[in-house]
Amino acid sequence: MGWLQRSASDTQVTHRDRLWLYVVAAIIMLLLVIPTFIVIPMSFSDSQYLEFPPNHWSVRWYDEYFGSSKWMRATVTSFQIGVLTMLVATPLGTAAAYALFVSGHRAARAVFMFLITPMIVPVILIAIGAFYAFGRVGLNNTITGLVLAHTVLAAPLVMIVITAALRSYDLNQELVARSLGASRFKAFFLITLPQIKFSVVTAALLSFLTSFDEVIIAIFVSGGVNATLTKHMFAALRDYIDPTIAAISTIMVLVSSVLLLATQFIGNRQK
Amino acid sequence: MQNPVEPAGMNEHALQRQEAREQWTLLGLAAPAVLAIVAIIVIPVGWLFYLSFVGSDGQFSLEHYAKMIKYKSYLRVFLITFEVSILTTLICILIGYPLAYFLALLPTRWAGIFMLAVLLPFWTSLLVRTYAWLVLLQKKGMLNDFAIYIGLWETPVKLVHNMTGTLIGMAHIMLPFLVLPLYGSMRKIERDMMHAAANLGASPVQAFWKVYFPLSLSGMVAGSLIVFVLCLGFYVTPAVLGGGRVVMVATQITAILENQFDWGAASALGVVLLIATLIILYLAARFLKFDAALFGKS
Repeated sequence: MGWLQRSASDTQVTHRDRLWLYVVAAIIMLLLVIPTFIVIPMSFSDSQYLEFPPNHWSVRWYDEYFGSSKWMRATVTSFQIGVLTMLVATPLGTAAAYALFVSGHRAARAVFMFLITPMIVPVILIAIGAFYAFGRVGLNNTITGLVLAHTVLAAPLVMIVITAALRSYDLNQELVARSLGASRFKAFFLITLPQIKFSVVTAALLSFLTSFDEVIIAIFVSGGVNATLTKHMFAALRDYIDPTIAAISTIMVLVSSVLLLATQFIGNRQK
Repeated sequence: MQNPVEPAGMNEHALQRQEAREQWTLLGLAAPAVLAIVAIIVIPVGWLFYLSFVGSDGQFSLEHYAKMIKYKSYLRVFLITFEVSILTTLICILIGYPLAYFLALLPTRWAGIFMLAVLLPFWTSLLVRTYAWLVLLQKKGMLNDFAIYIGLWETPVKLVHNMTGTLIGMAHIMLPFLVLPLYGSMRKIERDMMHAAANLGASPVQAFWKVYFPLSLSGMVAGSLIVFVLCLGFYVTPAVLGGGRVVMVATQITAILENQFDWGAASALGVVLLIATLIILYLAARFLKFDAALFGKS
């Protein structure tokens, strides 16, 4: 165990001095990760009662899930709303982020702060506000209504990701294109966009996930045939514990993990 | 062919006009996002604000706010909300600081890999994680089994459907919001500072407390404020892991709407929640370079 005696930094601290930190950090990381992945083995348990580790393995909860028209309907709805939110929020947020970044107008900063208010206002307030307002215009229990509400939640994230990308991009390239006769739009689509495309994809994935995982607004404004997966899951968690949830959770964990790994991969490509 | 962008001999006035036109185009690009937020946030929240001042007789009244002072049940809700938020923030600091410190000491490459332990839960549905804790913490759950196995306690302890379960679940969900800004501020601390301290005779412990810790404070305070503010309005985790015993503001708002359908009372609570949030963020922005810590602006 020679490495323990070795210096851990340029100062006198050795790895042995820092051992406690490594142990503490390892425990914390385990505690962070275990609850995220424990649903996977649990979902393959044969028992009615949630047990870990399972005594007998089976896929009965998956049969239950795939055989239930309620859960299938909700899954399709959640994917639909997620994809639509992504398709609306990404261009919306990208256009706003680009415009505010380039303009340099004195109002730009204030507009930026205004556009990220959905991150500041408590979601419960957004939820009941939308529920009340949508009730007046007949948007409750519709896909359109929930997509609108989720777009507002996702757009600030898109703006932050795109603004960060523009900051590390040299806008003079666009000026060169324009001095050669390209219009601003042409310069953006031909020069800027291809260079920030990985950030745009990251922002799009983030918007999808924001919508797909969103619970509170969905509880209020979605319902009937357009109820989302999260709305049904929340109801099931509050009332009784149905192991089918473990199967659904596993699928949700897989969706997030794949998307996260995709963004990490994209991030590495971008460097 | 003429250059379409800047024809030669264009006078100053025309250039100014072009500049103005361009500003309008750019503002036009931001317009859809502005409209969406006005329609989905500003108008509905404004409407709730108005409703909170309308009494049961349809006239202007402060009765919904008066109720909050008059009834003990409201006071209890506010106290529990603050208790949960403060305790969660403290737990996050205690757990998050060593973790962020560990990550900040690693070479960037390794930090990126270990950072996945923070990012994976961050990206996973909080409903899924709340569910996982529900299962882990139940009487026959893994945590009770493990604690009995190693002899921490003898009979299963009630860990969920109460404050304990709520705090565990909340801390797990909030931790990334503290670790990410804290890690960011720790990474910015120059190693030379620590070298200088060591050079001047400080022991590693002294150097940490006198140099490193104060420099990491801005990230810690920013992260703590984000956690605290998010906790104030939290709904899902207390509702599921609290089992009806931990009634926070958001839970109360929902209960009022579900049971009494009283929009005025629910709105008034929402307004109080919003104002509390805004005051905290305002103070934060005032006394700290808050948006710098959040968005990496200098």
